[in-house]
Amino acid sequence: MTYIPKPGFRHPGAAVNAIGYARRDYEGAVSTLCAGCGHDSISAAIVQACFELDLPPHRVAKLSGIGCSSKTPAYFLGQSHGFNGVHGRMPSMLTGANLANRDLIYLGVSGDGDSASIGLGQFAHCMRRCVNMVYIVENNGVYGLTKGQFSATADEGAVKKDGAVNPESPIDLVALALQLGATFVARSFSGDREQLVPLVKAAITHRGAAFIDCISPCVAFNNHAGSTKSFDYVREHNEAVNRLDVIVGRGEITAAYAPGEVEEIVQHDGSILRLRKLAAEYDPRDRVAAMTYLEERKAAGEIVTGVLYVAPDARDLHDHLETVETPLNQLGDEELCPGADALAAFNAGLR
Amino acid sequence: MRPTDIRSPEYFHKVVDCQWACPAHTPVPEYIRLIAARQYTDAYMINWKSNVFPGILGRTCDRPCEPACRRVRVEKEPVAICRLKRVAADHKEDVRGLLPRVPAEKNGKRIALVGAGPASLTVARDLLPLGYACVIFDADPKAGGMMRSQIPKFRLPEEVIDEEVGYILEMGVEARFGHHVDSMRALLREPYDAIFVGSGAPRGRDLDLPGRQAAAANVHVGIDWLANVSFGHVHRIGERVVVLGGGNTAMDCCRSARRLGGQDVRVVVRSGFEEMKASPWEREEAVREGIPILNYLVPLEFTVERGRLTGVLFEKVRAVYDANGRRELVPTGEPRIHMPCDDVLIAVGQETAFPWIERDLGMEFDRWDRPVLDPVTMQSTLPRVFFGGDAAFGPKNIIWAVAHGHEAAISIHRLCRGEDVHDRLPPTVNLVSQKMGIHEWSYDSEISPDERYRVPLAPQAVALKNIAVESELGFDERLAFLEAQRCLNCDVQTVFTGSRCIECDACVDICPMDCITFTANGEEEDLRARLRAPARNLTQSLYASDALKSGRIMVKDEDVCLHCGLCAERCPTGAWDMQKFLLDMAQATDVPKHACAHR
Repeated sequence: MTYIPKPGFRHPGAAVNAIGYARRDYEGAVSTLCAGCGHDSISAAIVQACFELDLPPHRVAKLSGIGCSSKTPAYFLGQSHGFNGVHGRMPSMLTGANLANRDLIYLGVSGDGDSASIGLGQFAHCMRRCVNMVYIVENNGVYGLTKGQFSATADEGAVKKDGAVNPESPIDLVALALQLGATFVARSFSGDREQLVPLVKAAITHRGAAFIDCISPCVAFNNHAGSTKSFDYVREHNEAVNRLDVIVGRGEITAAYAPGEVEEIVQHDGSILRLRKLAAEYDPRDRVAAMTYLEERKAAGEIVTGVLYVAPDARDLHDHLETVETPLNQLGDEELCPGADALAAFNAGLR
Repeated sequence: MRPTDIRSPEYFHKVVDCQWACPAHTPVPEYIRLIAARQYTDAYMINWKSNVFPGILGRTCDRPCEPACRRVRVEKEPVAICRLKRVAADHKEDVRGLLPRVPAEKNGKRIALVGAGPASLTVARDLLPLGYACVIFDADPKAGGMMRSQIPKFRLPEEVIDEEVGYILEMGVEARFGHHVDSMRALLREPYDAIFVGSGAPRGRDLDLPGRQAAAANVHVGIDWLANVSFGHVHRIGERVVVLGGGNTAMDCCRSARRLGGQDVRVVVRSGFEEMKASPWEREEAVREGIPILNYLVPLEFTVERGRLTGVLFEKVRAVYDANGRRELVPTGEPRIHMPCDDVLIAVGQETAFPWIERDLGMEFDRWDRPVLDPVTMQSTLPRVFFGGDAAFGPKNIIWAVAHGHEAAISIHRLCRGEDVHDRLPPTVNLVSQKMGIHEWSYDSEISPDERYRVPLAPQAVALKNIAVESELGFDERLAFLEAQRCLNCDVQTVFTGSRCIECDACVDICPMDCITFTANGEEEDLRARLRAPARNLTQSLYASDALKSGRIMVKDEDVCLHCGLCAERCPTGAWDMQKFLLDMAQATDVPKHACAHR
């Protein structure tokens, strides 16, 4: 933990975005996590992504549960809405908030304990319902706040800092999300900023349940030899299936690619996901093939990262429920309680 | 890009912009921290060792350190380094016990010093503790040179000069004051082992315009007039005074005139206001005292009636730039302007003068009639004769004179020991971690957002009545502390150890100024363009590491680093550390100071 405030001075040449904010305007308080925590890198990636997307901070809501990961919303987007709730219950709170005000951008921040243990049921239903959100799991494979016990995502055979070996099978949240109906699924690594920032941007611009499993080394308890979530291990076993550029309206990147190298996916809001293929034949629109591929590579000991699945024309919870376009929290008494006559007419329609 | 060699003393020295810019390389942040800690005596002694005249320089220095201050690149104004130096001098305790001891037994060598200004006094201070006999000649009745004769008392009180010059005289200088040296040949015949010429630039330029001779009684050469004021020969000036020239001497002239009866004092310069040579703060003071500065006016004639000056005639000009950017002043064709006045002060420059050095002694002079010197050793082509201060390379300022003096003293010492004067010791360098605990540093790493504090001034009603009243009051302890806290501690260096780095990006994310980037290596020019914040200031170095585990390198742009230490605080492995870099210039000494010499 750092005691001095981050100085207010900024680089005199710092760029500003289309709405006049510099990157540092998207920062939050100085992190109280351990020095070098992977989670801080993810916070920085979120800051960068929101800056690059020109997001007005007051249009973003950050929700989280309990754990190191769930503390991080304090460390980014200091001018946005935030709600730090009960352990594992972030998905319910986010779903409720989204139902009440569909106009905000929802950023659910969770960890492997919060989502894969106590909140696994919540995680499943939130994905299944396809709530329009970004759901990031900051996955370090241990319970960092309670001194590094294995979490439910720890790999079988992984070695704890005290030498104990994990005999249990891990929960693969990416595989679960794919199976449960998430419409944007990606995996990344906190130590690869160049990959992570475009993924966060793509997830924000995606309409539907966007899930990012981000491996985030716990510097205090899970960054040793034998760990499968250490900086060194992930760097050695990281196999990206693609590299992503997100193109939103202006500022188009014009780079020359050989045919077949690049795939462009147009999303619902018109933004373009430009994927440079790294693994030949990998099609991020084929959910079944993606699941198979992931299982194969996992068996080979690789950590597959990149955009793993995207359904560009996904329908979200509001589509399923056929709610009105106006956010419910903006409706007045007359619209919400149209009176006895309207109720009678409605009931008559069901007879 | 090749990994930066931080073992070279130059690398980190350059990061301490103020120290790098100072001719004497005074360790500025080191003494500013001591001022913040109210250790004024210690702060004074660091200065005294390096620049010999902290109290004088704290009032009069040309302060090359301030425009260099990193704070200028981060916000608007530099730390008030010069005025903090004065704080150390004002608030110190008696330092006499801390001054070097002069041995009773001399080494048998005699040195003649011509001129008792800052350069010669520095040479004497450096050589007396080594057992030399130093004989100082000056035509003036007291020591101090231009510090006493040309700087007005309202900027530099006499007692400050007496004190700091006194420290050196009391070391046992043999003073020959009121003695004009008029022959180098004669001096060379006397039994001196070396001669140091620190005779300044005593000749003020004149303006040979029509009417100059007829108006002689009321047209004065600026530096001569200032000297006459200083030594009490002149007490009054006319009510209407025109000062010609735009340098610091002109500012001293006009402000002095204002205090000696001048009511309508004005400064007239040939070129534009922006091109004036005077330091901005001196200009500001003049303007504040109600002295207008009129520009683009070229003097044509001193008008005289019945043998008495009546005014100055000017022609209005404008600046025209040719294709090479060279400026020419072209008359605008407007009617000439006659400025009526009672006195004129000419402050259009000064130059060295060596009528007393015979030209058949084997000493070479260049085409500007200046002695040919080695710029490092200050040695002339006569091996026994050295120069320093304004006498060496023309008018500069006190701090340069001190720097020359130190170098000349080293040369003289080596010459007298029969050693090669070019064989000189490098500076001593010390680089020590400031870490005291997990988040504890032995320096105050928090960055003050305060703007520069103004030095309190004496009320004008008082200051303008008496030329001996110091116009600046100096910072009190509270203001000094607040101003000292603005220092960014640029000497506490960010030192990177690549072998410890796990590339977690914590330093990149916490850095408030986007100084740090981890990226693929490349040529410096290419790297500068693709850092987290482009490194456009080419005068500032990039600090590059060797290849890290991932194959990338760490690159830090030194330009706007605040030295807040957050990179080191957020580093989980100690790959970043904050280490204090202390560079001490070599001075004349008998015992080599660096440890490896003590075999």
